Amino acid sequence: MKLALSGKFVSTAACVMMALSVPAMGVAGDTIKFGVAGPHSGDLASYGLPSVNAAKIVAKQVNDAGGINGKMIELLIEDDVCKPEIATNTATKLASEGAEVVLGHICSGATKAALPIYKDKGILVMSPSATNPALTQSGDYPNFFRTIAPDDAQAEVDVKFALETLGYTKIAVVHDKGDYGKGFAEFAKKFLEESGKAEVVLYEGVTPGAVDYSAIVLKIRKSGAEAVIFGGYHPEASKIVGQMKKKRLKTTFISDDGVKDMTFIKVAGKNAEGAYASGPKDNASNPLSKVAIDAHKATFNSDHGAFYENAYSAMLAMVNAVKKAGSTDLAALKKALQTEKVDTPVGNIYFNEMGDAVGVGFSVYQVQDGKFVEMK
Amino acid sequence: MVFMDYFIELLFSGLTRGSIYALIALGYTMVYGIIGLINFAHGEIYMIGAFTAFIVATVLSIYGFPILAIIVIAGVAAAVWSSAYGYTIEKIAYKPLRHAPRLSPLISAIGMSIFLQNYVLLAQTSDFLPFPALIPDFEFMEPVAHIVGSSDLVILITTAIVMMILTYIIKFTRVGKAMRATAQDRTMAMLVGINVNKIISATFIIGSALAAIGGLLIASHIGQINFYIGFIAGIKAFTAAVLGGIGSIPGAVLGSLVLGLTESFATGYVSSDYEDVFAFSLLVLILIFKPSGLLGKAETKKV
Repeated sequence: MKLALSGKFVSTAACVMMALSVPAMGVAGDTIKFGVAGPHSGDLASYGLPSVNAAKIVAKQVNDAGGINGKMIELLIEDDVCKPEIATNTATKLASEGAEVVLGHICSGATKAALPIYKDKGILVMSPSATNPALTQSGDYPNFFRTIAPDDAQAEVDVKFALETLGYTKIAVVHDKGDYGKGFAEFAKKFLEESGKAEVVLYEGVTPGAVDYSAIVLKIRKSGAEAVIFGGYHPEASKIVGQMKKKRLKTTFISDDGVKDMTFIKVAGKNAEGAYASGPKDNASNPLSKVAIDAHKATFNSDHGAFYENAYSAMLAMVNAVKKAGSTDLAALKKALQTEKVDTPVGNIYFNEMGDAVGVGFSVYQVQDGKFVEMK
Repeated sequence: MVFMDYFIELLFSGLTRGSIYALIALGYTMVYGIIGLINFAHGEIYMIGAFTAFIVATVLSIYGFPILAIIVIAGVAAAVWSSAYGYTIEKIAYKPLRHAPRLSPLISAIGMSIFLQNYVLLAQTSDFLPFPALIPDFEFMEPVAHIVGSSDLVILITTAIVMMILTYIIKFTRVGKAMRATAQDRTMAMLVGINVNKIISATFIIGSALAAIGGLLIASHIGQINFYIGFIAGIKAFTAAVLGGIGSIPGAVLGSLVLGLTESFATGYVSSDYEDVFAFSLLVLILIFKPSGLLGKAETKKV
């Protein structure tokens, strides 16, 4: 069953690849091969296809302008359906076809599975979307970079905001016991403890979907917390802020990207006012972001979808690095990425030692009059 | 003194939560008492009641009705609509299986539950909807609002009244007497001239109306609804009904309060991570020592 499945899959992938890479292959002369890997079919395709579009748009722009130091970009597009076991095949295929740098993969699990293969071949990999903190922080993959902030960056931003901007010293951390919420809460707790400036007066998980959260709300009040940092999604968040209001708590509510959703404001209504939630930085004021989005509209006549700007930025960063390094040698590319700042839709970025983009990240938003307002 | 305050706060929190469970648990226990069926679709009846109340309340508030009128009209509409569902479910999914082995209507009930969830998901929405706060903040409650809120108070009182009315119906009215007779021996009840089908329908109608009133109050208390709320609330209410002795009306209320208080105190004094662990450990313990639940009667084999 498994064999049959992956067989079917590989043939689909091959078709996709052939269909997509024919125009690029037509370019004559010496080329630089950019691999593009991610889910391009299956239920997570909507996360992967925008990156393919970004790669095509940037490649076309660069090639139209004469290529990178005279060499044209050739795209090798491979599907990994977001599955780790398939991502290793994808990586092997890209490496054997001569990909020199890779845009991808999209999902953290698939990225992790594919990275050792690229690492052995000395291939630079840059993901627009893999947010698992360990991918960069473990130090296992010196060839890996990304243009999205890791999961723990959110917790860091929230903690910093609570401690420095709001000046709190007693904080309760509550989560919904899920992977995302608990992961966020664990990082928040870690950063709070490491800061030495604040005390974590409560650390607990609540059961999602429960009919009543008044007991935990009472416990938050008793703990004397000035703020509660909540890891989870908006349905529980709106219940908790509602019950806090009912029990007349003045405690500040700070949460994550899972809460920074208009549904939170719609459901919690007045109770949401004043609550904070972190989310990706707003790129709307960045002119390059508009350029990238307009290019997508002009080329594909549709909205750009998830991680498009991150992928566009990754392509620009890699193109710039190849140009500055003059080769695709990993050490030279790394040096260029870490020293050369580049203007992208997600901001003016460069990369730190570990491979995370500096200048990309989260902002804290506050609910004001039924809208999320970015806190500067 | 601070200790005592905290204790009282948790006590009220637990009582409110218990009363919420009780409003749903009563429907489970009534149906079980009469026909020995665990009506898994009961949680969905509660959810449909909440949706009906939501729709009616939204429409009425657009036309500027006063809040009290909205509560009454939405409550009645939800009760009638949910009762219609309860009545129909019984006729479609349970009545044809009345003489089948006990497992068949149980599976049928689970199927009904899944069907109704998906029906509401498709017919309405998968999103969470903001439920209007129908119970206003009473001014006289303001000094104690940090301990017990207005909606808590309304839920507590409603549950108490509902339980008293139900007990009265079952103990002192003709329908109640017929219900008890049907519960004791269906064939014998039929022989003495009780229309058993009507009595069973009446049970479903009363239970569904209660669930709908619960739906209105609880949704107003927590401020949001979606198609899935019936499942989790239903499971907890079912647990409470078993804890109190399924089939017993006071048992359902007692079981619900015990469950609510256990969860509240477990969260307050230990950790909300283990809220469910405590609740279900208690259930296991009670069932070990009293297999028929707190107020349940030991089941005698009916011949």
